[in-house]
Amino acid sequence: MGARIRAFGAFAYDFVVGDDWLVAAGVVVGLALTYLLSHDSVTAWWLIPVLLVVLLPISLWRAVRRD
Amino acid sequence: MGSGALFIAVFLACAVEAVEATTIVLAAGTAREWRSTMTGVGAALVALAVITAALGPAVSSLPLPALRLFVGALLLIFGLQWIRKAILRASGHKALHDEDAIYAKQVSAAQQAPRQGTGLVTDMYAFTLSFKGVLLEGLEVVFIVLTFGGNAHQVPLAALAAAAAVVLIALVGVAVRAPLARVPENTLKFVVGIMLTAFGTFWGAEGAGVHWPGSDAALLVLAPAILVFALLLVGVLRRLPGGARSEQAAAAAAVEVS
Repeated sequence: MGARIRAFGAFAYDFVVGDDWLVAAGVVVGLALTYLLSHDSVTAWWLIPVLLVVLLPISLWRAVRRD
Repeated sequence: MGSGALFIAVFLACAVEAVEATTIVLAAGTAREWRSTMTGVGAALVALAVITAALGPAVSSLPLPALRLFVGALLLIFGLQWIRKAILRASGHKALHDEDAIYAKQVSAAQQAPRQGTGLVTDMYAFTLSFKGVLLEGLEVVFIVLTFGGNAHQVPLAALAAAAAVVLIALVGVAVRAPLARVPENTLKFVVGIMLTAFGTFWGAEGAGVHWPGSDAALLVLAPAILVFALLLVGVLRRLPGGARSEQAAAAAAVEVS
């Protein structure tokens, strides 16, 4: 039973998070910041696009460096 | 979001998943036996129907801002992973997705496995291989249909687009009885990654309370901007050690020296 739960956990992690946990963590943090800013009446539409510009090269760099 | 854009996005994403599932089913059926393979496909489709019936109403019952935030986050994570892989492949830092090679590997493994059966399933290996392949790729199809369809309040249209993609790819697979290597899968994955990321950015931020300048028209700026940025990154990575351009330069230098 324990092995099956672990296997399902590994599958769920791989399905949702994928190859780089930093991407998933960055998206969650970015959306949380967007939520906080927009609910504080601050214009925040730019935050996720800026996050993409920063996050994607970092994740790619980590992948290339691992090779 | 227009119905046409929704249909195209779901159709392309589901076509990619269907190509991968078809390769696995063809390998299981060709190397082992078709009856157990198709029983596995049927069992996986029933499991997917049950999952869809359970998740569909739950997803649809979420309030729209919460749905958009949740779905936007998942689409962004999925989209960025797809783009990341596509950029690494296009720049030569990762091997291209090759359905012929995957098919050969699956067939080789299937031919070596011992034959065991119980009850209706005479070959458990063929059953399990096709069941897992269709279920795992099918889960992604279900996810795409529910997220895109739920957000746009057009689940039937999203389901129709997914069904059209799956049926088309399955028919082509049955007709050619070979892996669908001619489908430009790497290019499709690049395009789908861009679309998932653009929609994830748009819906995720909207769910977090953002009002996009230009409303829905912001998507028409987001998608091309992400595409251009991804192509720029391909160009940069090709020049790094291990990249396609750097390998070509090294090969040319070696020829000149010799």
